[in-house]
Amino acid sequence: MKVQRWTPQSGVFIAALGAMVLVLAVGPTWFSAGVTDRLSALFVYVILGAMWNALAGYGGLVSVGQQAFFGLGAYAAIRLSHADVPVYLAVALAGLAVGVVSLAIGEVMLRLRGGEFAVGMWVVAELAHLLVNLDPLVQGETGTSLIALNAIAAEARRAYTYWLSLAAMVALLAVLFALLRGRLGTAIQSIRDDERAASSLGVNVLATKRIVFVLAATGCAMAGALWLASAITFQPKAYFSVQWTAYMIFMTLVGGIGTFEGPILGAILFFLVETFFGGRGVWYLVGLGAAALAFSLFLPRGIFGALEQRFALRLLPLGFRVVERTKP
Amino acid sequence: MIFLNQLLQGVFLGGYYALIACSLSFLFGVMRIVNLAHGSIVVLAAFLLFVLADRFEISPWLALIAVVPAMAALGWLLQRFVLDRALRGGLLVPLLATFGLAIVLDNALFETFGADTRSLSPFIGDLSFDSWSLTDDITVGKMDVLILGSAVAMLGAVSLLLARTRIGRAIRATAEDPGTVELIGIDARAVYGMATALALAMAAVAGAFLAMRATFDPYTGGAQLIFAFEAVAIGGFGSLWGTLWGGIALGVAQNVGASIDPSSFFIAGHVTFLAVLVGRVALGRVAA
Repeated sequence: MKVQRWTPQSGVFIAALGAMVLVLAVGPTWFSAGVTDRLSALFVYVILGAMWNALAGYGGLVSVGQQAFFGLGAYAAIRLSHADVPVYLAVALAGLAVGVVSLAIGEVMLRLRGGEFAVGMWVVAELAHLLVNLDPLVQGETGTSLIALNAIAAEARRAYTYWLSLAAMVALLAVLFALLRGRLGTAIQSIRDDERAASSLGVNVLATKRIVFVLAATGCAMAGALWLASAITFQPKAYFSVQWTAYMIFMTLVGGIGTFEGPILGAILFFLVETFFGGRGVWYLVGLGAAALAFSLFLPRGIFGALEQRFALRLLPLGFRVVERTKP
Repeated sequence: MIFLNQLLQGVFLGGYYALIACSLSFLFGVMRIVNLAHGSIVVLAAFLLFVLADRFEISPWLALIAVVPAMAALGWLLQRFVLDRALRGGLLVPLLATFGLAIVLDNALFETFGADTRSLSPFIGDLSFDSWSLTDDITVGKMDVLILGSAVAMLGAVSLLLARTRIGRAIRATAEDPGTVELIGIDARAVYGMATALALAMAAVAGAFLAMRATFDPYTGGAQLIFAFEAVAIGGFGSLWGTLWGGIALGVAQNVGASIDPSSFFIAGHVTFLAVLVGRVALGRVAA
């Protein structure tokens, strides 16, 4: 008997993934403008799905207020740029700035459990929205724009946003992967499964939750800032909308909550659904809600979870498996 | 005097918050789940009443006789086909399932009724604007008094039901331990079904008053859920009368906030809610 992390399957998959990132990295040089824009959006969706999954799927913390960080990320980019920080640096730093703020928010919110945490986070998002509206720079719901972007040619802007989105996605997924593979991964999942038992085994519950909470907040804020870099205009209502959390929940539940690959698959599915049905009014949102409801009840591990079980998939070397040594 | 008036209006507004929070508080007390579709369900009831009043010219008061049982039936179905399965899936699944339901309801209502804001106030005669003048500065709306009275009556009725009746005892026992009550011949699923039916009947009453006192549209549900939740949280989870005080605290905080600065009506409410949470954290007492 031996314990195995890497399998030939996961080796091939990681190599393929690396090759795909390299291909995507040179994308803007030959993609059409439309494809580049859409892919930038897809990268943001992947970030959102992965971050919400980190919180709920691994940490057991269901938040319906992650739009707080999405909106604050965009707002931080506006504020930093207004303070004469070079515009793409402002977009890149906004997520980290909000990550620092989220430390304070987590200090209170992480002591809540279950539904209290879920709706409590929504209140935080509402409050953040109202406070941002008070800023004279934002002018309430009128909003403002990332004016500094006007100085850059549209073509270059598109490529920079794409690269920044790709880099943020790869970096956040890598950090999450590294965290989950180490001690923290075991600790946070033990808290999700039974907080008291984990604590009695010496897991520092609050400190562990804090790391995941801050990572998810930073990621969602980066996503918000990147969305702003594409959209340019900042209307608080659009960024602090609970719809963003609805998207995250759809991606995670349909793809597979509690699996690393699931939300990425979910983000791709959401991207396709949005591309083909987004124009049909809100019936597509009814469909998203119904899918989230159905998956939570009937396929709680999502599409990837079901596939993983059915075909013994091990695409990423995250878990451990015991294998019997075959005799030579 | 003006400040006293603000305070009084805050108390009445709090009565409204308590009224919409009854259902949420009760369902949490019995089944330990926060129903994220609560606000959307309240708005659904409001639309049902609106259709009956607008197309069939049925007075909202009369329509309640039909809508309350209809919502109760819907509650029973909700428990049977959604919550029952969700509860067996662990702590998180009820949250995810009811959030999915909220998205379905909100957007389906939008597709059916459009973005127009509606109100039942044209269908209830003078009641929506009539008031009593207590002094030169202080007037009390008749609707406000009715809402506060209804909140107290509804909370009183549920408390009596829980304390004095056979089904009330069954509900309390099931809330305590759904596994053990099966041993003494109580069908926990049937009890949960009745509790959810009762919760949605209360949501129907809340929907009626939401629609009579103000305007609503398909996306009003989210805000109602937040206010109801804040009332429950400030008053303390699992306490029905606490919900009344929580609602009043929220209403007063909003009105006092607005009297200091008009733009801080909602901010003051949210800050009060968070301050109560911080206070409980500092004292080391957070309800599980």
